[in-house]
Amino acid sequence: MEKILQGNYAIARGAWEAGVKVACAYPGTPSSEIIFAISSQYKKDIQAEWSPNEKVALEVAIGASFAGARALACMKHVGLNVASDPFMTLSYTGVKGGLVIVVADDPYAHSSQNEQDSRHWARFGKVPMIEPSDSQECKDFTKLAFDLSEQFDTPVLMRTETRISHSFSPVLLEDRRESLIPIGLDLKDAPKYTMVPIYVRMRRVVVEERMKKLEAFADEFKYNVMEINDPKIGVITSGVCYNYAKEVFPNHSYLKLGMVWPLPKKIIREFFAKVKKVIIVEQLDPFLETEIRAMGYKIFHGKDVLPSLYEFNPEIIEKAIKGKRYKPPKERINVDELPKRPPNLCSACSHRPFFYALKKLGVFVFGDIGCYTLAAAPPLNAVHSTVCMGAGVGGAFGASKALGKEGLGKVCSVIGDSTFLHGGITPLMDIVYNKGNATTIILDNRTTGMTGLQEHPGTGFTITGEETNQIDLEVLVRALGVKHVRKVDPYHIKETMEVIKEEIERDEPSVIITVNGPCMLHRREKRKFEHPYYEIEIGNCRGCGMCLDIGCPAISWREVMGEEALTTDGHKRKGVVSINRLQCPGCGVCQQICKFESIVPGKA
Amino acid sequence: MEEKVTNVLLSGVGGQGTILASDILCSVFHEIGYDVKKSEVHGMAQRGGDVTTHFRFGKKVYSPLIKYGDADFLISFELLEGLRYINWVKKGGKVLLNHQEVYPPAVNLGKMKYPEDVARTFKKLFKGNAFVIKALDIAVKCGDARAINIVTLGAFSKFFDIKDEIWERNLLQHLPEKVHQLNLDAFREGKMAV
Repeated sequence: MEKILQGNYAIARGAWEAGVKVACAYPGTPSSEIIFAISSQYKKDIQAEWSPNEKVALEVAIGASFAGARALACMKHVGLNVASDPFMTLSYTGVKGGLVIVVADDPYAHSSQNEQDSRHWARFGKVPMIEPSDSQECKDFTKLAFDLSEQFDTPVLMRTETRISHSFSPVLLEDRRESLIPIGLDLKDAPKYTMVPIYVRMRRVVVEERMKKLEAFADEFKYNVMEINDPKIGVITSGVCYNYAKEVFPNHSYLKLGMVWPLPKKIIREFFAKVKKVIIVEQLDPFLETEIRAMGYKIFHGKDVLPSLYEFNPEIIEKAIKGKRYKPPKERINVDELPKRPPNLCSACSHRPFFYALKKLGVFVFGDIGCYTLAAAPPLNAVHSTVCMGAGVGGAFGASKALGKEGLGKVCSVIGDSTFLHGGITPLMDIVYNKGNATTIILDNRTTGMTGLQEHPGTGFTITGEETNQIDLEVLVRALGVKHVRKVDPYHIKETMEVIKEEIERDEPSVIITVNGPCMLHRREKRKFEHPYYEIEIGNCRGCGMCLDIGCPAISWREVMGEEALTTDGHKRKGVVSINRLQCPGCGVCQQICKFESIVPGKA
Repeated sequence: MEEKVTNVLLSGVGGQGTILASDILCSVFHEIGYDVKKSEVHGMAQRGGDVTTHFRFGKKVYSPLIKYGDADFLISFELLEGLRYINWVKKGGKVLLNHQEVYPPAVNLGKMKYPEDVARTFKKLFKGNAFVIKALDIAVKCGDARAINIVTLGAFSKFFDIKDEIWERNLLQHLPEKVHQLNLDAFREGKMAV
């Protein structure tokens, strides 16, 4: 049966068909749907979990593999940075049950803190990497990856990127086949799995031998495919770039690499012998180009014309390769002048009033990774650094060390509940241990928000919705040694400001945790607001724009003239504000900001 | 079957149901024998940002993205988002616009003006190939403002010679049973709107 599947769902299907038993991930765009799909569709056969972070996800998968099960770990590109420690040594231990790591790149950083080309990990870690180009290949390659993993005793990296993970195309469904490897641990395996120096040096040899075998295999790999059409120009490419290039240059010859590491050198030589000139089309870094140049070949075009940054599309490739011969389509209007529509915190989001409070206090905010990075945008402008998950907590501590006592009251870190559990605990431990005074603020919205509402160890539910232990954040941070733990309702701006001020001025470690502020999109937990919505007392509104400072999507300002340019009691005004009732859930934050009592509760 | 690939660009604002509409398009055109591909940007779409979906069908579809200036159809659920992608439509391409304004932040803050006369701009540039419908009014009439995507899909179905039964069956497959009648009404009303 053929079904239209998203790339990530096709990977999930592939894992199921391959007989996978354990699948782990921490959510990260564009990879999040894989484990969700597994947990919702295949939970009978596969134990799926949201792990606290990517490192743990991979470690759990490694243990499952050592015990003979096929195991999958999925992450976004920056997730593999977190998981890189076990990854680099896993290359030495190899596997028992097949182990596949899916790593999803995000060129253009649609939803990421950087652009990374994950292909480098394959070369760095000395493991094979395969790269599918559509949903069918996502499924097929996943299955193949498990076979390769067992055949060569190696973890296998499968790289996707946004347009593969989030595109939909038809997939032929097949049945599940259980792995033939028996489940069980063997004490005699210790030298293979224990990476102490004496065994490391033994395994080091195995790694190099394995790479040689894989290089030979790459030349036989059936998904490294040559298509000889017009021999004048040959294109070497892989993944989604193959599709873009085929679209704009259908008549060129192609070498499509299903395996991007190690490279099939024999096939590459054959391809150079068959075509006159070679173009290399690859997104992000000149990975293939560097390797192929090192083989001694001249490249007609590669990164000399194609960009190394941002995401490709058919037009970018056509324009770069054709150069002056490219004729752009006629522009009807200049769309650059249109108002942009950047993402924003949702109406009534509990982060909004909290960041408004921080902004009022003029504090330097070390932010983190999550929805709250949206508070970096105007008009809130209340996040001043974002590096990676957990970095804010340590960052605020470092800054307070640099600033000394002068820094008291000027700095804090803000992190989400899921992110705190991912990477915030250890830096908080550091603040206490090394006698710091930094304040850590945990915005507890009861979910992993930005990636689409995933459970985490603080929600009290597993990925399949089963009830489980729920971490009490206060108990946790007290156990680390934090003596000053405050809880605030973020919707009360004045009180929030007072609490923040007290804690950031305190010369001791402190933690502030928000309460009763679940994500507005949360399905299970809802904040009950006192009123159904708010409205503007139009005769009274001075049009001062104070309420616009929170950047609420429901509030808008318009210019007024003539009779309208006066309030009922005769004050001049340039404009008035209105609240879109359909978009206002009634959080009442704007009402607390209005100095003229022009914002009033609406009636049900 | 035509060799040529047909490109449909859908644009709108997070929450307008662009993604569901394109899911239904995928199943309809796949059912009648085409290769299909569709691509969308996730991640921050729920946070009020603009959402576009590229849907392509043909004998064999390679790229999941439409080439700039190569769209045969532009379906926009919101006027400004329609205007933003006006240059993506090829010469002779068709445009289907839902006459609805959703203000972006710069307009809400009074810093920029929402573009005026968007529908007229389209009519002027595309003549008979621009179709404007009031999908929100129709959806509300059918019982739920959220059905604007299905109303618009109904209007879009008029451009193809595909049996209603196929459209409607695929439509229902993507929706929970309790909203079946409402969406069938929305689809049928949408068809009459162009």
